[in-house]
Amino acid sequence: MEFTITNARLLDGSIVDVAVKDGLITKVGSDLNEGRKIDAAKNLLIPGLVDLHTHLREPGREDSETVATGSMAAAKGGFTAISAMANTFPVADTAGVVEQVYRLGQEAGYCDVFPIGAVTQGLGGKNLAELGAMANSKAKVRIFSDDGKCVSDPLLMRRALEYVKTFNGIIAQHAQEPALTVDSQMNEGIVSSKLGLAGWPAVAEEAIIARDILLAEHVGSRLHICHLTTAGGVDLVRFAKSRGINVTAEVTPHHLLLTEDLVQNYDPVFKVNPPLRTEKDVLALRKGLADGTIDIVGTDHAPHPTEDKDCEWQSAAFGMVGLETALSVVVKSMIETKLMNWNDLVDRMSIAPAKIAGYANHGNRIEVGANANLTIINTSSEWVVDRNKLASKSKNTPFEGMKLPVQVLHTFLNGKQVLASGEIVKGESK
Amino acid sequence: MKKHLLSINDLSAQEAVEILNTASELAKISDGPMKKLPTLRGRTVVNLFFEDSTRTRISFESAAKRLSADVINFSAKGSSVSKGESLKDTAQTLQAMGADAVVIRHGASGAAQRLADSGWISASVINAGDGTHEHPTQALLDAYTIRSKFPDLTNNFSGLRVAIVGDILHSRVARSNVLLLTKLGATVTLVAPPTLIPVGVTDWNVKVSYDLDSVIKDVDVLMMLRVQSERMLNSFFPSEREYSRGYGLDSMRLDSLKTNSIVMHPGPMNRGLEISAESADSHKSVVLAQVSNGVLIRMAVLYQLLGGAALAGEVGA
Repeated sequence: MEFTITNARLLDGSIVDVAVKDGLITKVGSDLNEGRKIDAAKNLLIPGLVDLHTHLREPGREDSETVATGSMAAAKGGFTAISAMANTFPVADTAGVVEQVYRLGQEAGYCDVFPIGAVTQGLGGKNLAELGAMANSKAKVRIFSDDGKCVSDPLLMRRALEYVKTFNGIIAQHAQEPALTVDSQMNEGIVSSKLGLAGWPAVAEEAIIARDILLAEHVGSRLHICHLTTAGGVDLVRFAKSRGINVTAEVTPHHLLLTEDLVQNYDPVFKVNPPLRTEKDVLALRKGLADGTIDIVGTDHAPHPTEDKDCEWQSAAFGMVGLETALSVVVKSMIETKLMNWNDLVDRMSIAPAKIAGYANHGNRIEVGANANLTIINTSSEWVVDRNKLASKSKNTPFEGMKLPVQVLHTFLNGKQVLASGEIVKGESK
Repeated sequence: MKKHLLSINDLSAQEAVEILNTASELAKISDGPMKKLPTLRGRTVVNLFFEDSTRTRISFESAAKRLSADVINFSAKGSSVSKGESLKDTAQTLQAMGADAVVIRHGASGAAQRLADSGWISASVINAGDGTHEHPTQALLDAYTIRSKFPDLTNNFSGLRVAIVGDILHSRVARSNVLLLTKLGATVTLVAPPTLIPVGVTDWNVKVSYDLDSVIKDVDVLMMLRVQSERMLNSFFPSEREYSRGYGLDSMRLDSLKTNSIVMHPGPMNRGLEISAESADSHKSVVLAQVSNGVLIRMAVLYQLLGGAALAGEVGA
């Protein structure tokens, strides 16, 4: 298959044609005429976005999301690679399950799906899962996480950090001290005191980050902090990097834009773990992402069926969908505020995550020989979020009705168009 | 008047005083030969209780019946709720049966507001206690009781000193009382060990003390909260005895109150833990007045929310 993307605007402002054949970029220049033409109309061409934090729910909860529907949501959001978290039923803690998820991703074919393996058997926090078997499987797992649960046992965390060194793996920690967050419902502070909801204090996140940074330093391993949410956490990561500790950190789009004040009406669409925090935290997270203390944006896309949100707050599930709104929300919170430019955004949402995870075919410069994992964005348009138009099987977006900047027009996965003018390209035609 | 009563925040100071005044009018009727008013004849009030609370349920039931409403009591225990039915389905079932008002007691903070905001039902919603959030009719009946003991206070409680003592962190009674009493102008001091004070209290417009003895001699109203002994298991305090020594109302402390001060408790009391038997039964205690005023306040709330005819006209008729 061969085609040419014409009139594409690159990050440096130049307008080029890009020819693609057999999954690779074959030419970058002007007046190219290879195969079918796709007019980019001077919209921005960037490497496809890469997410290191996605919940796809398959196997086990196919009522809320499947690998296929989650992949479509990813393509609509401009992602060409996503990373499926391990908290499925059964848990992705064996070579068999991660290979199944990997294969489902390949079969769906809307984006590359890289499974994340569980650190502990059944996410139980007691015994290591067969990390080596998952690493050596067809899924080639490199990121391990008990996300949703914290690896709270310090000795087990130390062992996990050490063990994955044999295959250059990384432990992605959900930093939440369980003893400080029993039954917790929202950020602990002024709002929780008024609403009478049990608090999830910032210190419960920061205590684990501090501990794990020191463990990573001690054993010389790679540590990734999932979904940082507190100003204190940003300070700790900054400290770790200044000490030369091999730590990377992630922030979600929703924690860059939303605050705990939204909980006031008890609408569970705003219930998420870690919780929405204060304005001060949001500003610190933005600053941290802009100055590189926080390396990447991770969506923490967490689909839930209607009945798990259409209830009282305490009974509701934690989580928000985010693949289809991530780019727009990051533009709104980071570019419209002039804290970052598009080069920075492409680094935090494509280049840096691909590098951390070792996804060699993603997050590359647009040049001859690179894999054609590409996204074209209209940077001057706006759209209004309508949950009923999401490709995700679940509708739990906190951005419903919000007007957001920029729209993803086209997405190309390994040289095939999977999104055309904002619509999923289905079946054989892609 | 508004459609729902979910939080004291739903009321302005003036609206709160109007409820107290309505209760005063209703008290005059209750003292007369005809205790029952026809105001809500043909209307249906559902008591939807997901937590056991015989006292509160009986109070609402009695209030609704004195206004001639039909009352349906729905208790979660032994009902479809214990078989996994959701709040939404339960509420919609009651709506389909023609409920005009739903009085809800629920263990989850915000359950009453969810019921009112979600569009599941169109009835008026009255919060009869939601988790550790609020219990607005309790605060209104407490304010009514205070006003009846301090006749100088009418529309404004400024100058009144109130101490609320005990498990503030988990108390919906404390949250509603703080909101209402400060709205009416009273000075409120929360007294508890630091473990039982929320970290966000800085924004509550109250004083905080860890020392009951330094506070007690100046207060006009001493409001004791129920302390659940299971809190001890989570290390909120070391033992019942240590709690009682520091924060219980014993005879010594009772004697240090000013002559005109009153002692309140929302019930049920743990005699011997937060309040001694002598204190509970002393002439300063207004605990039983709180109970009887509860019916009047709940009548006033139902009356205003369900839009009865002008009260003055009825009283005159």
